[in-house]
Amino acid sequence: MTVAADPLPVKRRMRVSRKALPYLLSLPALLVCIGILIPFFTAVWYSLQRYRLSQPWNRGMNWGENYIDFLTDPSFWNTLKVSLLYAGLTVTFQLILGLAIALLLQKRTRLNNLISIMLLMPLMTAPALAALMFKLMTNPNFGILSYFAQSIGFTDFRWGASPDTALFTVILVDIWVYTPFIMILLLAGLRSLPTQPFEAAALDGVPRFQQFWRITLPMLTPHILTASLFRLLESIQQFDIIYAMTQGGPGDTLMVFQVEAYLNFFQSTNVGRSAALLIILWAITFFLSNIFIKNWLRLRERARGGV
Amino acid sequence: MYDKEKGLIDAYRRGSMSRRSLLRALGALGMTTATASVLVNAAATRALAADFDWKKHSGTGIKLLLNKHPYTDAMIANLDNFKEMSGMEVAYDVFPEDVYFDKVTAALSSRSSEYDAFMTGAYMTWTYGPAGWIEDLNEWISDDSKTNPNYNWEDMLPGVRASCAWNGKPGAPLGTDGAKQWCIPWGYEQNNLTYNTAMMSKAGVDVPQNLEELVEAAAAVQAGNDGIYGIGVRGSRSWATIHPGFLSGYANFGQKDLNLSDDGKLSAAMNTDVSRDFHNHWVKMIQESGAADWSTHTWYQVGTDLGAGKSAMIYDADILGYFMNGGGNAMEGELAFAPFAANPAETLPTPNIWIWSLAMSSFSKNKDAAWTFLQWASGPEHGLFGAAEMDFVNPVRQSVWDDAGFRERLASSYPGYVEMHDLSAPGASIKFTPQPLFFDLTTDWAAMLQKMVAKEVPVDEGLDQLADNVNKQLKDAGLG
Repeated sequence: MTVAADPLPVKRRMRVSRKALPYLLSLPALLVCIGILIPFFTAVWYSLQRYRLSQPWNRGMNWGENYIDFLTDPSFWNTLKVSLLYAGLTVTFQLILGLAIALLLQKRTRLNNLISIMLLMPLMTAPALAALMFKLMTNPNFGILSYFAQSIGFTDFRWGASPDTALFTVILVDIWVYTPFIMILLLAGLRSLPTQPFEAAALDGVPRFQQFWRITLPMLTPHILTASLFRLLESIQQFDIIYAMTQGGPGDTLMVFQVEAYLNFFQSTNVGRSAALLIILWAITFFLSNIFIKNWLRLRERARGGV
Repeated sequence: MYDKEKGLIDAYRRGSMSRRSLLRALGALGMTTATASVLVNAAATRALAADFDWKKHSGTGIKLLLNKHPYTDAMIANLDNFKEMSGMEVAYDVFPEDVYFDKVTAALSSRSSEYDAFMTGAYMTWTYGPAGWIEDLNEWISDDSKTNPNYNWEDMLPGVRASCAWNGKPGAPLGTDGAKQWCIPWGYEQNNLTYNTAMMSKAGVDVPQNLEELVEAAAAVQAGNDGIYGIGVRGSRSWATIHPGFLSGYANFGQKDLNLSDDGKLSAAMNTDVSRDFHNHWVKMIQESGAADWSTHTWYQVGTDLGAGKSAMIYDADILGYFMNGGGNAMEGELAFAPFAANPAETLPTPNIWIWSLAMSSFSKNKDAAWTFLQWASGPEHGLFGAAEMDFVNPVRQSVWDDAGFRERLASSYPGYVEMHDLSAPGASIKFTPQPLFFDLTTDWAAMLQKMVAKEVPVDEGLDQLADNVNKQLKDAGLG
């Protein structure tokens, strides 16, 4: 005798599986999230401690003391100033240059495509390597850039070795490496713009310059914001170019957050101060990201016809 | 092997013949230098193995963390003899110096057992030791069952040996009774002058005898030669800028980095009148005759500029001058060496020293085997092999310095080097105050020096700022 299978438990099992499915699907994301959150909260925990690896007997909670110390520490304010200046200047110059190059390459021709591919090459160079290349090129004895500088009258231009020109030098390296990133994003944006507004403007005899200000730039703004956000977040966390070039010097000229935190950890073994610096950097990054994302969403809504 | 060769090698082993004479005699018998060296090393290894059970850890393995350096090259060149003698496997990772110490800190602070032993400097042990990351090697050195009877610990130069031992009390002198032997000296550097003889004579400049003369000589030799600068010293924003010529000259004026009070508290000592005068001279020297990109110069740029004929003098590690006088550099054979006492009132130099050393990780799972390697690598046989056949200078063992062949080799290829070493060795020691904030304070010192040279801050004001900053850090760390 055969017994017919009870359909009810099968249905119940299916219902349970269906209920569990969203959780199962989000499990990998949850695991990744945990993998991110554990180091983050560990850093927060360390930042609230007096924790120097060379003095394990001195370790203990000092709660917000590391942060409070920053308020009266001129070197912290210098770090904040240099980091913001570096990020602001690099992103501004890269945007201007990247946009200019993208406009020049906007038309799809074989030559333009070839040039845009070639211009991407610096982006494939490791930033630390690029910094070392520039260090050689700015060497006063044999560097080609030093040679050019001398030949146009800058006989004592010291590049990364002088506090007067060090910021300019590292910004130059950053521009060389990352302008192609902005260029390629904006080029993609430019090529995806609808053609009708430009055709209408041309029919009405609107000058090219006006077209750029009134049509191209507003329509490209979401792309500009996206590119700026990516670059700004990366620039404010700059480490490799500056460390490879000058280790934060001369003096404290280039002492940005990441370099300061790195030296605090690896050279001073001051885990507490290093972690506190990185948490502040995270807070700045978070704040900037929020501003950008809110503006980006607003612009996207406007582009879709929202209020 | 033929009887004649055997007889010669036995005579060398008995000590009745120098290594150089032996190699020469073997050469006369038709043996190439390379073959002869291999045979001599193999014979030395067999002799070494006769008195101690080197096979005790046979079949086990250890892993080393090494810096890319001629000392490392010398060790690797001789490593097969150790492996054959001990039956141990020895793996190693070699990193360039730019990242080496960060790698060590990362490995030790994460309590990794990957590396059993590693290269270090004595200054680093002031961090690693109190943190509990490295072993006090006295335990092994004094244990007859674990240490080769011919290891001859007393053969190590006393000042160098003491510099690797510290009791961990901030401000306490190195090498006192009860101090822990955090590392074993391997090779060391004194800081003196190396100069380009052709450039000096072209400019008609005599070798300077003190700091004031050095400032003048650097400017004069620069003016008397086209396209060069007068003096190479380190300038990067790092502790490494302070420890070579700068501190050697500073200490010669009787100056200290820190004061230690009766109640054991440390305070800054670099803003005295004598120190201000010293800093003024130093800063002036770099501004007038230093490299244009001085603030990025590490030992590497200081050395290569001298070797390439871009600078006339360096006040830096003697071995840097040694390496630049050979190795196919453009200025090979053009360099000479001079002991240097910066203080006109002093006749002898007092160089601060850097000691490449070997330390044992506390997280090693194979400590006795690691010690077997350490005692071989720092033993008299390997020391002599490295010094005579490779570029393992300066040796830390008196027996190597006494070896006629080694001295003869230095005297013939590096005129004045041995005399310079012998003259400055009595005053050579670590001039820093041992304390765990070493890297913080010396890096700040270097950063302030950069500001002074760049005229961002006057010397007097800069030294006061530095002293205030140092005192604050010492106080925050409970040391001041």
